[in-house]
Parts: sequence; C-alpha cells; structure tokens
Amino acid sequence: MQTFHFELGELPPAAEALRAEVREFLRRELGDTPPVLRAHSWGGFDRAFSKKMGARGWIAMTWPKRYGGHERSALERYVVLEEMLAAGAPVSAHWIADRQSGPLLLRFGTEAQRQKFLPAIARGELSFAIGMSEPDSGSDLASLRTRAERVPGGYRVNGTKVWTSNAHLADYMIATFRTHHDPTKRHEGLTQFLVDTKLPGITMSPIIDLAGSHHFNMVVFEDAFVPEDMRVGEEGAGWRQVTTELAFERSGPERYLSSFALVLELIRAVSKDPGERAAATVGRLVAHLTTLRQMSLSVALMLEAGENPNLEAAVVKDVGTTFEQEVPEVVHALLGLEPTIDSGSDLQQVLGFLMQRAPSFSLRGGTREILRGIIARGLGLR
Amino acid sequence: MNELRTILGDVVTRLFTDLVTKDLLESAERGEWPAALWQAVEENGLTLPLVAESKGGAGGTWDDAFVVIRAAGRHAVPLPLAETIVGSWLLSGAGLDVPSGPLTIAPARRDDSLRLVRAGSSWELRGSAARVPWGGAAEHVVVVAETEGRPMVALAARGAVVTRDQNLAREPRDTLVFEGSPVAAAPAARGAPANAVWLYGALARSAQMAGGLDYLLRQASQYATERRQFGKPIGSFQVIQQNLAVLAGHTAAAGTAAANAFRAADRGDAAFEIAAAKVRVGEAVGVGASIAHQTHGAIGFTYEHALQFVTRRLWSWRAEFGGEGDWAVELGRAVAERGADALWPHLTAR
Repeated sequence: MQTFHFELGELPPAAEALRAEVREFLRRELGDTPPVLRAHSWGGFDRAFSKKMGARGWIAMTWPKRYGGHERSALERYVVLEEMLAAGAPVSAHWIADRQSGPLLLRFGTEAQRQKFLPAIARGELSFAIGMSEPDSGSDLASLRTRAERVPGGYRVNGTKVWTSNAHLADYMIATFRTHHDPTKRHEGLTQFLVDTKLPGITMSPIIDLAGSHHFNMVVFEDAFVPEDMRVGEEGAGWRQVTTELAFERSGPERYLSSFALVLELIRAVSKDPGERAAATVGRLVAHLTTLRQMSLSVALMLEAGENPNLEAAVVKDVGTTFEQEVPEVVHALLGLEPTIDSGSDLQQVLGFLMQRAPSFSLRGGTREILRGIIARGLGLR
Repeated sequence: MNELRTILGDVVTRLFTDLVTKDLLESAERGEWPAALWQAVEENGLTLPLVAESKGGAGGTWDDAFVVIRAAGRHAVPLPLAETIVGSWLLSGAGLDVPSGPLTIAPARRDDSLRLVRAGSSWELRGSAARVPWGGAAEHVVVVAETEGRPMVALAARGAVVTRDQNLAREPRDTLVFEGSPVAAAPAARGAPANAVWLYGALARSAQMAGGLDYLLRQASQYATERRQFGKPIGSFQVIQQNLAVLAGHTAAAGTAAANAFRAADRGDAAFEIAAAKVRVGEAVGVGASIAHQTHGAIGFTYEHALQFVTRRLWSWRAEFGGEGDWAVELGRAVAERGADALWPHLTAR
C-alpha cells in the first residue's frame, strides 16, 4: 500500500504579495457582478476578461518567457487561480489553455507549435477546448474510435466527439484521434492533434444541458483535413500524453470551490446571529473548506517540489467534488428554500444554479468511480 | 517533515508496535495500569515534548507533539499520554514545575466548574469534574480555571475519586472531587484562554482520531487483499475498492485537518483550526469506522479481532471535549460574526 502524504506547507511571501494585487484587480473588474453569475465559477466565458488577465501576466505564469510566459512559480499561479475562483471570475476563455493545452504543448509540442500558440494563449487571445469523449467512449477512453488516416501532407479525420465544452467558442481544440487500430492493444494507436475549430469538414451542434444552457457540443468530423504539423507528439503516444494531461487538472482549487458562491450566500442569509442549526451547518461547511484548501495546497507544494503526487491529487479531487456537490443539499436541508432560476433572492438563484450544475462536478475530468479506482490501486487493491 | 520529526515518528512507531500488544490492551481494559509501557514512554522522552529542555522536557513544538499523539491514536495506546502532553504544556506555560508521572487535565466537560480560591498566600481547588480521562490513574491533575478575571493554571494532586467510570474503549473516565485541596497555581501563559483544557483537549483528540483512522485504512486495505470470497480477494471487487477509496479520502482529510490545527497551535491562536479539526475528523470517524467494519465482516465485530480496540476509541474520542456539533456551532458563529465577505480572506490568511 502506498502511503498518502499531505505535508502542510506555506506559500512563499511573493505569492502572498501577489494575492493582494489580484484581489484589488478582481474588486475593480467584477464590481457588482451578481452572485448567480459568480456561481458559474470557471464556467464563465469572457474574452475581454481573459485578455486583461493576459495583460496582467496572470496566464501562462509558469511558462518560459520565450513563449510568452512569465517564469513565475507554480505557487504564485496557484494563488491567482484560487483568488479567481473564490471571486467567481469568468476565467473559462483561457482556463483550459492555461491549465492543460499550453502545458501539453510545452511538453510534447514542436518548436513551431510552441512559437505559434503559446504567446497567444499567454495574452489571453486563444481559447482552447478538449476533444476527448465520444458517443461510445466516456470513462473508457481507450475505446476512442474517431479515425485520423494518413493522407499526403496530413491526416483525414472522421468521427464524432461529444461533451466538448465550449468548442463553439474556442479557437482550437486538442483532440485525441485513433491513428492505428489493433483491438488487442487499445491503448496504442492514439494520437493528439491541434485542431482549428473552423476547419472545413467540422460540424458543431449544441448539446443543451439539463438547465437549458449551451456549453457542451457534438463535434462531427467528416473528411476534415488536419495538416501534419498540427500533430502533437509522436503518432501512437496519445495515451501517455492524455494521462499526463489529465493529471494537470486533478487537484486544483477548482475541485473544491465550485459551490463557494453558495456558501457565501448562505452565510449572508443566516446573518450575524445565526441559530444553532444554521451555525452548525455553516461551521461544518467551513471546516470542510479549510481542510480541502490545505489538502489542495499541499499537492501544489508537492508539484512545485518536483514530486509526483498523483494519488494525493486523485484524493483531493474525490473529496473536493464530493464536498462541492454536497453544498446545495446541505443548504436545502437547512433552509428548505425553493431553488429558482431568475426570480427570488440571490441565495435562491445561486442554489437553483448550483443544484442543477452539481451533478457534473463528479463527472468532469474523470468520474468519481474512475478516481476511486485510481485511489484503490494506490491502496494495493488492484 | 523535518528530519528530527521523522526520527521521532520512527521511535514512537517502534515503541508502540513492540509494547502495545493485544494482551496489553486487554489487560488495560480489565483495569490494570500498564506501568511498564508508561515507564518506556517516559524514558523515551515522549511525555513532555512541549516542555523546555531546561525543565526536563524535549523543547519541541506542537508539530512534534502531533507525531506522538497521532501515533498513540494509531496504536490505541492505553495511557493518558495526550493528556500529559497538554497538561505539561499548560504547566510550563504558567511557569509551574512539571512533575514526573502521568497527568490528566480537567474539566473535561464544558459545564463542569472547578473553582480556584485564594487561601492566604496559596490556592485551594474546589468543585467536581466528571469524566476526567484517567482521573484515577493520573498522579496529578492540571486544571485551568478563570479566577479573578483571568485564566489560571493549577496543579493538583489527584483528588478524591467519587465515581469510577469509563468510555466505550474502557479507558477510565472518572469523577474527581476537590474540597479545598491546596494547589500550586499561576496565571496561564499569555494567549492561553480560560477554556484551554476544552480547546487543547479537542486538539489532542483530533490527532488521536487521525491516527486511529490511519490504522483503519491500513488494516482494512490489508484485510481486503487477504480475505478471499468467490475465489478471489474481496479487495478485487469494485464495490470494496470504492468503499476503501472513500475511507482513504476521509483519512487524508482527517490527517490534514489535525495537522493544520497543530501547526496553528504553534503559531498561537488556534481556536479556528482546532474547531475545524474536531468537526472534520469527527465526521471522518463516523464514515471511516463504518467502512472498516463493513470491510471486515463478522470477524471485525468480535472482541477477538483487534479492529475494535481502535473503533471503540474513535466512537468515544469524537464525543470527548466537544462533539462535531458543538464545535461546528462555535465555528459557524465565529464565521457568521465576521460576515460572508471576510470568509475567504480569513481562510487564506490561516
């Protein structure tokens, strides 16, 4: 059995100094943004906001300067992320590129790809989506079927991606296709590509979520031509690259802060002199929050120290998403307020929004069951 | 973790693994004081981590104390070790001499009142305290009482035991009565609140419980790889894997919450972190004990199996020095008082 290790640590003074700067920026930028919009957390898409972030140097913070990055520490980046999420800033237009696509290109991309894409991402001008899931490939990612066949100068792509968040808004997608098919070696033959979302042969249609919102898409490829120089990494190296990429997204503050706006509205609603039941509810939520922050921070410190806290990251995501999913339930149990869409109080609207959003918390970026399987492997059970 | 603390961790683990056997736990539950174990713990310098070296202690920090107390919980050590660590810290903070031998702390319940009364140039202790841990076994009792508007620490020789009682793990929880016993007393260290026994008692229990959960996770994971049903280890079934992953999550959260509270204790005002730890760890205990037992099936429900030495302790410890409900109310009131907009700045400043 592997042991879990959540060593506590301190953020360096530089990171704490940055915090004040970020807060001041957010106070000015977000002004009186209503709570229900802040509750969108990292779902809010606003290119103008992302460009301002880029101008402040708060995207691509850890990347080399020659690619438009700022060579700051991962811990300074962590502070910026958690401040953005706690305030409910609309970070979605750069979030995926900053968290996943950029680091992927840094690690596996060609020099030309880095030169072309990374500085624009850093400026907050390029938005990315991720093309992984398919109609028959959800948790079982190795079963991907969308084919990329070699043709002169590149690849011809046929197949369908689904649940592709913000593909209709993004400029590019990092998509994983099958370049080789051998049913006995499913993890081989996958390859990643940079796909211009405006390419001929790509048709997008919205998949409307249960609340009536459009962020998911179905992306159909019909003889779409992807040039050779848009391949990321070697042919067949996709599985290793994808699993590396997924590890980037497991333990960040976005895995426990998705319902933070509701915690704030709850505290506002119970006023300065709560009854015992309300106080106990708030106290319990805050006990979870402060613990999760220390756990998430601990993983960030391990990453900064060059360790490989994969198991701890999976634990943070499982415990964190369980918490953020529970918040609407707890608020309902305490107050019994009707959740609303655009009527009623701020609390009711935030409750209504998050109640409908919460089921996704333990699905996105690896389901709860998959994560628990990873944890069980760490426990020596598989 | 610094190197000294790693060494300390190795020392306590080896000591407890060797000495805290099933036989020893059973005899302790029959009411026998494990004198040899106490002597070994004292000789290894584990009882006074927070007392200055010049006063016979280890001159360490709460982070060091965490290593010892968590290990004591992991091994179900049947001694007032956590109580001695907290009690000796209170004494030395007040500039009082720390006696050798096991200490306990009182009052252990929020509503019990012990009064420190001036008697000429010295002090007397009056009142009764129920459910004092190891009250009849500890040689001295450390009391914090608000007197003349400030918290005072007093060192009393063991008072008269009027009722012997025990918790679910058959650890002594006795009622002590003091009828004007003469005591040494001095103002508590600056920053130590009048409810220091309650607060730091909760801190100690959170570390013991985090240790107990460590044991449950390791024990249940190991059992799941050994126990075979339907022709294979039960741990190869997804449903068992998922349950144990949940236990792992609660164990990790409990360890983090407790460690965070001990770190805060080193900084000074730790009321927020201690309350959060008692709430979070207590919640983990409820889920964790349930999963550990479910994984073990009927054998884990027997006295024969060692699992119960830990689970019965956990069920008691989570209620001692305030249950999750008490601490959640306290925490929630403080948070509400500061207001919603202060929450995030407060969380990030800790």
